[in-house]
Amino acid sequence: MLRRTFNALLISAVVFGTAGGIASAEETLKIGVSAPKTGVQSGGAAAVYWPNVQLWVHDLNQKGGIKVDGKQLKIDLVEYDDKSSPEEAVKNIQRLATVDKVDFIISPYTTGINLATAPLIARYGYPQLVATGNANDLRAFIKQWPNSFWLLGKASDLSTGIVGTLKTLRDKGQVGNKVALAYVAEALGLEMIDSAKPAFKEAGFDIVYETSYPIGTQDLSPVISGAKAAKPDAFVAYSYPPDSFALTEQAQIQAFDVNAFYVGVGGALTGYGQRFGKQAEGILSMGGINPDDQAYKSYRESHKKVTGQDTDYWAGAVVYASLEVLAQAIEKAGKERAAVVKAIKSGTFDTVIGKVSFEDNVVKKLWTVGQWRGGVFQGVNGLSVEGAKEPVKKPAWN
Amino acid sequence: MQILVTGTLLGGTYALIALGLTLQYGAARIMNLANGETLVAACFVAFWLFSRLGVNPILGMVIIAPAALVLNWLIYAWLLRPLVRRAKNRGMLEVDSILATFGLLFLFQGLMLLTFGGAYFNYKFLAEPFSILGTPYALNRVVAFVAGVLVSSLLYLFLYHTRQGAAVRAIAVDPASAQLVAIDVSRTAGFSFALGGALTACGGTLLSTFYTFNASMGVLFTMKALIIVIMGGVGDIRGATLAAFILGLSETAVASLIDPGLTLAATYALFILVLLFRPQGILRRGAA
Amino acid sequence: MTGIHRDEMLGLICGGVALALLSLLPLLTEGFYLSFGVNLVLYAALSTAWSLFSGPTRFVSLASAAFFGIGTYSVALWLDALPFVVLIAIAALASAALAALIGAATLRLSGVYFVIFTLGLTELIRQIVSWSQSRFAHKMGLYVFTDFTEGDLYWMLLALTAATFSVGWLINRSRLGFALRIIGDDETVARHVGIATARAKIVLFMISGAFAGIAGAIMAPRYAYIEPQAAFNPMISFMVVIMALLGGTRRLWGPLVGVVPFTVVMELIAARFPNESLIVVGIAFLAIVYVLPSGVTGRIECLRERLRRSLGTGVDAPGCGKIEGRA
Repeated sequence: MLRRTFNALLISAVVFGTAGGIASAEETLKIGVSAPKTGVQSGGAAAVYWPNVQLWVHDLNQKGGIKVDGKQLKIDLVEYDDKSSPEEAVKNIQRLATVDKVDFIISPYTTGINLATAPLIARYGYPQLVATGNANDLRAFIKQWPNSFWLLGKASDLSTGIVGTLKTLRDKGQVGNKVALAYVAEALGLEMIDSAKPAFKEAGFDIVYETSYPIGTQDLSPVISGAKAAKPDAFVAYSYPPDSFALTEQAQIQAFDVNAFYVGVGGALTGYGQRFGKQAEGILSMGGINPDDQAYKSYRESHKKVTGQDTDYWAGAVVYASLEVLAQAIEKAGKERAAVVKAIKSGTFDTVIGKVSFEDNVVKKLWTVGQWRGGVFQGVNGLSVEGAKEPVKKPAWN
Repeated sequence: MQILVTGTLLGGTYALIALGLTLQYGAARIMNLANGETLVAACFVAFWLFSRLGVNPILGMVIIAPAALVLNWLIYAWLLRPLVRRAKNRGMLEVDSILATFGLLFLFQGLMLLTFGGAYFNYKFLAEPFSILGTPYALNRVVAFVAGVLVSSLLYLFLYHTRQGAAVRAIAVDPASAQLVAIDVSRTAGFSFALGGALTACGGTLLSTFYTFNASMGVLFTMKALIIVIMGGVGDIRGATLAAFILGLSETAVASLIDPGLTLAATYALFILVLLFRPQGILRRGAA
Repeated sequence: MTGIHRDEMLGLICGGVALALLSLLPLLTEGFYLSFGVNLVLYAALSTAWSLFSGPTRFVSLASAAFFGIGTYSVALWLDALPFVVLIAIAALASAALAALIGAATLRLSGVYFVIFTLGLTELIRQIVSWSQSRFAHKMGLYVFTDFTEGDLYWMLLALTAATFSVGWLINRSRLGFALRIIGDDETVARHVGIATARAKIVLFMISGAFAGIAGAIMAPRYAYIEPQAAFNPMISFMVVIMALLGGTRRLWGPLVGVVPFTVVMELIAARFPNESLIVVGIAFLAIVYVLPSGVTGRIECLRERLRRSLGTGVDAPGCGKIEGRA
């Protein structure tokens, strides 16, 4: 009995597997995407990556499609799960390029996967607009893969943003010289700490405590009590979403009061503000945006309407902007990939994060630090951004 | 002192994660790799009850635990009993159950992804300081610890002071002999498996008050539970509890005194040492 | 050593022809099918290497990822300093050394303890690598940029698979293979007839580990960016075990029979159900457990046996019909 049921299931799975995928007669623009739907990175991708892909396709098809060589083409999205593994990602990109023969590829999620797939994407000549990854050594990559564009800037741009903010606060006499550092022992944390430490020292800050912790750890009270014992004036953590939450909660419970409290990825999530409510007031985090900007405001609204979830105050908008750049470049240059790469290189694009242009394939205008104020995450530091607010001293936990 | 208390609280958390698997593996002989998924599913239900209906997670356990009991009993009856019947020896059942529950792991994880998406979830429940000897600790962790102690004492009472509990212990020691003394092995094993599932769900409910979770995190919990179960000695509730506290304390000690980057390395090193020198579990005597 | 049997000769020729045909793939395609080929041959090599040890001894090892990761890191660490061939040798030696350590440490363990031990050890190595990178190297990723094309990787992996097969075949014909089969059937008996069970097991585990290490080394250029999370991914170990068990470990070619359908089906599922893939994989998995309890090879042999029985020749296959009736 059981066996028969399973046989039937197996057969139907195979039948479903081979059937389907019937192409519609209408001419479309085929866009491929491969990113994690499962595995360790799926949490982050579900927050900032997938909803924006969905929204972008929705927005374009809503207005009748994308204009290519005088024709309005609707977007036909082909999506695969890379299971958070470079192995799968390479296979997916190959499949998109040679089996599905997609016109363009949305660049994958995270630094590691973007680097693993870069040689392939370059070989097929697709533009690669990296909105969710960065590194310190970008120049070498761009030399090797001139079709890659980096929207988050260099790792050092991001990691040293907080150094600048702390300097501003120190100049105002709101924060002292002693800094406690913590970072997640993973690509992001290490790239960040590598460039941040010299910057802190150069700015005359005194690092009184420094530690790493393994990725996935949520029992972080030893980190907070260690930092607290060192009596710093500021706490800076280059952390990932689950640990950003855990660090904040622990700091609050242990009444670890510092004048500047900074967490890494995750602090710009709308959920972070909701979770900590009034306690979030004055917390600094990686990322930022000008939340009063009209383009961002309407993007935020339609994100909620179309995907049913709130976008964040940083990476989500950057992902969406990278897609806008792609669409505008295609409208300008047509289906020819090399021409689109060229158009991206030289053009200026109007996006939800303002005007975007590339200088040697790297965006020079980006937000680096934001701060929670009255339930909204306000950008307070960045490279040549408009609308940055003045950072303020964090009030005590209440 | 702070290390002791933090470590003990963490140990309590680990005990919650591992007790269910001890029963499932020790008594029902099912190495349930989908154990972590049960835990995460309970986190999700607790989250949903709390955020939609405003049900206190501690009360939520009253709903979640029986539901998990029934569900796990059904899983055992439908999916695992055929494997138990066809297995000729324990080794074969082990391989079969590992494979089958690995399939279940995928299935459950897929269902959760489909329902809740891959995003991170957490909610705020009793996230306030609670002072022990003048040092503040998270109240939700303390509550989870107390509830964990309560649940495991109940389990202990049940196992060592009731007939049904004695039957569970009997099949954990030797299913063949248990049959000779008129114990319905198949039913008792099914019951142990279901009870294990319910315990895991209780653990998940309590954990959800202070952990950030998402649909793909089950495997992490299964790994932790596996380590504790093996360290404690298969089927040994007291051993598993002790192992959980040893792990909690040593992790906290390593994180506070040496380097937080080495906590997980310490866990595995400890585990491997136990396997090498006391493969039968920390409390058991003689060869297993 | 006895002379070569006619059946074996036939197998050898078939294998040679198959190898020759397979090696043509990179000339035909450069795209997805080649990538898929790399994936398939990788798992063929890993699963065969795994069952070299685990097949005859019936010790289920979850250390494949550890060997694989060590191989990957051997390349990543010294790519600029040493030629690739030397790196592959280092990978093989380092993996074999680790296998010897595991073997020496786990002699007293058996059954599920060995399974968990190997899993725990892989995680321990990964944690230590992560920590030492954060402590001393101050970066997590190591870049591996080479001029190898995907075709090169494919050929190397194919050669590795062929080598694994040949070694496996030689072992089976040697005294070591005979000794191992006795250990797998009953270790006590083996010890009583004077087999140095410990040494035999360790040697075999080292060989098996070395092959997995080489596979990791070959794959390093494909990963380009080496992180502990990807290199020591425990999923590799799980996948290897599952494919080998699906194929059946009693024959040398058993794992291969598992690898091919498994990777193909997984690929189909991934392509058609990107959002529900886990659910479908889960169901497929359960189906394997319930429908094919002793792997594809076991199933084939069962059918062959039944056919023979119905023709009135051959002996009864013990246990074969029973499983059928109850499953």
